[in-house]
Amino acid sequence: MIPAAFEYHRPSDVAGALSLLSTHGDDARVLAGGHSLIPMMKLRMASVEHLVDLQDVAELKGISVADGHVTLGAMVTQHSLIESAELAEAAPIVREAALQIADPQVRYMGTVGGNVANGDPGNDMPGLMQCLDARFTLQGPNGSREVAARAYYEAAYFTARADDEILTQISFAVPVGGYAYEKQKRKVGDYATAACGVVLAKEGALCTSASVAMTNLADVPVWSEAAGAALVGTDCGPEAVKTAVAAAVADIDPAEDNRGPVAFKRHVAGIIIGRAISRAWSRA
Amino acid sequence: MGKQIYKMTVNGQVKEVMAEPRELLIYVLREKLDLTGPHVGCETSHCGACTVEMNGMSVKSCTVFAAQADGAEITTIEGLGDPDGLHVLQEAFKEHHGLQCGYCTPGMITRAHRLLQENPNPTEVEVRMGIAGNLCRCTGYQNIVKSILAAAAQINAAKEAAE
Ligand SMILES: Cc1cc2nc3c(=O)[nH]c(=O)nc-3n(C[C@H](O)[C@H](O)[C@H](O)COP(=O)(O)OP(=O)(O)OC[C@H]3O[C@@H](n4cnc5c(N)ncnc54)[C@H](O)[C@@H]3O)c2cc1C
Ligand code: FES
Ligand code: FES
Repeated sequence: MIPAAFEYHRPSDVAGALSLLSTHGDDARVLAGGHSLIPMMKLRMASVEHLVDLQDVAELKGISVADGHVTLGAMVTQHSLIESAELAEAAPIVREAALQIADPQVRYMGTVGGNVANGDPGNDMPGLMQCLDARFTLQGPNGSREVAARAYYEAAYFTARADDEILTQISFAVPVGGYAYEKQKRKVGDYATAACGVVLAKEGALCTSASVAMTNLADVPVWSEAAGAALVGTDCGPEAVKTAVAAAVADIDPAEDNRGPVAFKRHVAGIIIGRAISRAWSRA
Repeated sequence: MGKQIYKMTVNGQVKEVMAEPRELLIYVLREKLDLTGPHVGCETSHCGACTVEMNGMSVKSCTVFAAQADGAEITTIEGLGDPDGLHVLQEAFKEHHGLQCGYCTPGMITRAHRLLQENPNPTEVEVRMGIAGNLCRCTGYQNIVKSILAAAAQINAAKEAAE
């Protein structure tokens, strides 16, 4: 399992990385933690002639919480997401989701930027970022632009990012109210059979806003506007949850694979979505 | 890219190795530096037998390119203890039957070592979550968890005695 040969580059800043991408075009790819890319290269499912390792790019490693906004540098590892007290305080759903990714060794290396940029429907952060209505900053040769997480994913491994762009940061408003990221997996370290992130707010006895997004239940992450709408104005009781779950399940399009047939995935999705809503409500 | 010279600090010693960027760290360690403690179990980032410490992180060295490790500080099981001076964790695994065939053990202990650096007083659940990336086909984990908890207690007792 040795990948094909490549040229290795280790720039020390974003400008250096961008110039390597411009020079080598399609033949170049950035390497973050490598825990999606290296397995693909070992299987020769990805071939890369110029590998641009971002490990020395310090400007991509910050976590900041200021003015009601969370900003994560692309190279922040899943381990750092879990360890950050600031983040646990501002957006505990991120820690809850990160803890359900892979295992400790993978989380020391795997980055939040790599996880959202990758485009694998199995990755957990894209669904989470859709739930949080995050924005991704893409930097390219002609400057930078922002793309909403909910508009970023086109198909499995196809995203709004151009080949010569680097995803530099992820930002979202500090979520208010209750939250939950629920994931069904076959074993520790597995990708989701079904996973769901929910944030919702409560005033008095009623839900005033809700966001529901799912992982690995279509070839892209799915944010269900209808499921959120079904919860707003209700007491999130059994009837409301049932309606919201039905709306969310209507928005998914799971494929049969080694995690089970479509009917099974729809069944599991329904249970996981229901649990995520109830747990978020209990914390609101 | 042909062979490059990479410099790494391995178990406290500066080493220079010739390797292609695409070579996996596990093979650099095993075949070029003769450190055969870390094992290859799956080669697909799942089993943890190849776990070593790199720059203060537990990593699966089958999923790190040689080029990524250039300049890194690496600790393998060989850096923790040797037959004449076992590490507390090694002693605890021996004492509490934390191994049977021993294949997973270097990865397990290297991982446990890092875990105890970050969390010197783990609960049983935290130990189980902490070694979730290391598979063992023999022990059923029970005695591995026991060994790690025993080592933690011993390290903490020694620290207290020293204070
Ligand atoms: C055993 C195992 C289990 C796993 N389980 C899970 C799981 O349960 N859930 C989950 O979400 N993930 C899981 N993963 C994947 C892991 O979380 C990866 O680390 C993550 O998906 C990718 O992050 P990375 O930093 O390793 O990216 P890399 O592998 O380095 O890169 C992935 C892709 O994104 C591109 N890329 C990376 N960073 C950027 C950037 N800043 N800008 C533009 N493009 C970029 C790369 O070019 C590449 O195409 C698992 C991995 C393993 C090995
Ligand atoms: S050999 Fe590296 S994880 Fe199994
Ligand atoms: S002791 Fe045999 S694999 Fe763990």
